[in-house]
Amino acid sequence: MHFDFTEDQRLFRDSVRNFLRSEITSERVRGLWESGPDTALWSQLVELGLTGVTVPEEHGGLGMDELDFVLLAEQCGYVALPEPLVHTALVAVPTLKEIGGGLAATWLPRVAAGDALVLVGLAGWVEDGDRAQLLLLERGGELHAVDPDAAELRANASVDPSRRLFTVRFNSAAEAIAGTAVVGAARDRGALGAAAQSLGLAQRMVDMAVAYTGERKQFGKPVGSFQAVKHHMANVAVRLEYARAPVYRAAWSLANGHPRAALHVSQAKLAACEAAALAAKNCIQAHGAMGYTWEVDLHIYMKKAWALAGAWGDTGFHKQRVSDALFEDKLPIGAGATF
Amino acid sequence: MDLTFSKQQFAFRMEAREWLEANVPEEKLKSFDTEDGFRQHREWEAKLNEGRWGMVTWPEELGGRGCDLIEWLVFEEEYYRAGAPLRVNQNGIFLLGPTLMEYGTEAQKARFLPKMATGEEIWCQGWSEPNAGSDMAAIRSRAELDGDHYVINGQKTWSTRAVWADWCFGMFRTDPESERHRGLTFILVPLDSPGITVRPIPQLDGLPGFAEIFFDDVRVPVDCRLGAEGEGWSVAMATAGFERGLLLRSPARFQETARRLVDLYATHRDSADRDPGVKAAVMQAWLDAEAYCLTTYQTACRMMAGGKIGAEASTNKIFWSELDQAMHAAAMSILGARAELWPHAPDAGDVGGWLDGWLFAQSGPIYAGTNEIQRNIIAERMLGMPR
Repeated sequence: MHFDFTEDQRLFRDSVRNFLRSEITSERVRGLWESGPDTALWSQLVELGLTGVTVPEEHGGLGMDELDFVLLAEQCGYVALPEPLVHTALVAVPTLKEIGGGLAATWLPRVAAGDALVLVGLAGWVEDGDRAQLLLLERGGELHAVDPDAAELRANASVDPSRRLFTVRFNSAAEAIAGTAVVGAARDRGALGAAAQSLGLAQRMVDMAVAYTGERKQFGKPVGSFQAVKHHMANVAVRLEYARAPVYRAAWSLANGHPRAALHVSQAKLAACEAAALAAKNCIQAHGAMGYTWEVDLHIYMKKAWALAGAWGDTGFHKQRVSDALFEDKLPIGAGATF
Repeated sequence: MDLTFSKQQFAFRMEAREWLEANVPEEKLKSFDTEDGFRQHREWEAKLNEGRWGMVTWPEELGGRGCDLIEWLVFEEEYYRAGAPLRVNQNGIFLLGPTLMEYGTEAQKARFLPKMATGEEIWCQGWSEPNAGSDMAAIRSRAELDGDHYVINGQKTWSTRAVWADWCFGMFRTDPESERHRGLTFILVPLDSPGITVRPIPQLDGLPGFAEIFFDDVRVPVDCRLGAEGEGWSVAMATAGFERGLLLRSPARFQETARRLVDLYATHRDSADRDPGVKAAVMQAWLDAEAYCLTTYQTACRMMAGGKIGAEASTNKIFWSELDQAMHAAAMSILGARAELWPHAPDAGDVGGWLDGWLFAQSGPIYAGTNEIQRNIIAERMLGMPR
């Protein structure tokens, strides 16, 4: 039993964190909202090797797994990274690996090298679909490899301008390349990515609200000195503190093929999204009217948290899984049954 | 990261399970807030000690097993899984014991630890006073040095299990000129000393689970002082740290409550589902109990690697106490019209012990530092918000 990350994993996290925090400022996110995706930023991520973190070494990647990447996904959340990096490393690459064969051999090196963007779309939706060179699209529980030029994409505006969502229709002749197991695994890895980002987003919102309420004065003192404000922040800290371990455990379970990995992912997604939702609620309150403006940066993070709550299996999907485990499958529970 | 137990950890689990299965009393003991029940629980402590299962985290030379925190969590899982009795001497073995090992003289350790281990001496705490509750530094009870004795005068309150306990540990003001947390001294007091009056206070269940302790010129030898004179606050903070830490509220207890709640819901599903919020509450109980377990293991691993629990320990107190309340509230909803009945009522049927648990759950957010105080600590010391 060793519930902790290695020194190497932490050092990697720290270097990526330093890069993201210096490069992905709120100004840059706002700029990208205006200009649309920017090849310069994606190139920077490629140069750091981040698109190849989970690509096997023989295909030019670093050969790491979900557990190595989960800490990075958390940092992507902290800066509200407006690029599909978490999707690439946690969903697209593992899905290609599972499909294997020529498709994996062709596309994995290109993804690692930053020459191609491969994106997975479930239930008729895909993020950043207009930028991809290959789409892996689900229909009827099966996955199809689709050339984006052969697909019909329709942009749908999200509350989070960084999430460029498309509905997608494609030729019914496209051959299925994988079944429900691969689709389910893709959804679970996407959910893990959303959960990890939600942890980072929640932390960012708390940091912003603590900083703001430390400076903003009313009645002659910082509003952060009032207990009503403190307790709002403490309540977020409590939920966030107890959401982290479930997310890390889910990452470990996916990386190690644990038979209950899917349930662990649902536990993680529910806990992390709940913490982020509470962070958004209490942090906008702590900012007062400023929190309701476009001008103050809080909404960059708040909106991504709201959007991720419904992505990769909404609350109902993940609660249904918990319900099935507890009441239908008669999962052994209680003291000593967790690991 | 490796989230599997080692062979040794598994063997330890099985050894504990085997002993507990053979030794846990078949009939549930009476409440330790009754005289008979207190005696039964004291005997149980002696039995645990005989099997070297009483204080598994204590060193071997003191009758423990030198267990690390992971083994401690495993032991607790087996302990609660087996439905073993509550620990009547938990203030001693989990709070004072570790503090004695850290601050006590060799003579003090030799004098107090073995009898604590056997249950021969049961300990209670003397922190709160009528005007020093959340504001613990407002303590006024005096201890005045007179030769080789302290003479204690004052009053302590909310002292859990003081009614039948043998010793009390607490903080007393030794410097009358001092204010706040300075000038306080940590002293161990035998409760059979002349000048002590214990006045039981009935709790919500009607039983005298705690008490007031009055000190009227109580003479205690100087060698009952733990740590230096005037250093009581830092000694006490170590105790409070342990209290909020892993020893006292390991996850197993809450996981077992969550398991019983899931069973209760499954048994009464048809009537329970008339309130659609109940199922959600039952699921949330399990999710939170699991999150508490996972987080505790993660924290334990961090501590074993040399890390310390800081102000984030305050999140722990809030999390488990609110979880405990929520779980019992869900159980009360499921039991519906019968929830108000005591299990011994002739027509109570299978209501079980939920009412007792519900009453006790009301105390969680209050004792060991109210949750409001914990929220202040989180905001100020963990998040760095202005005082």
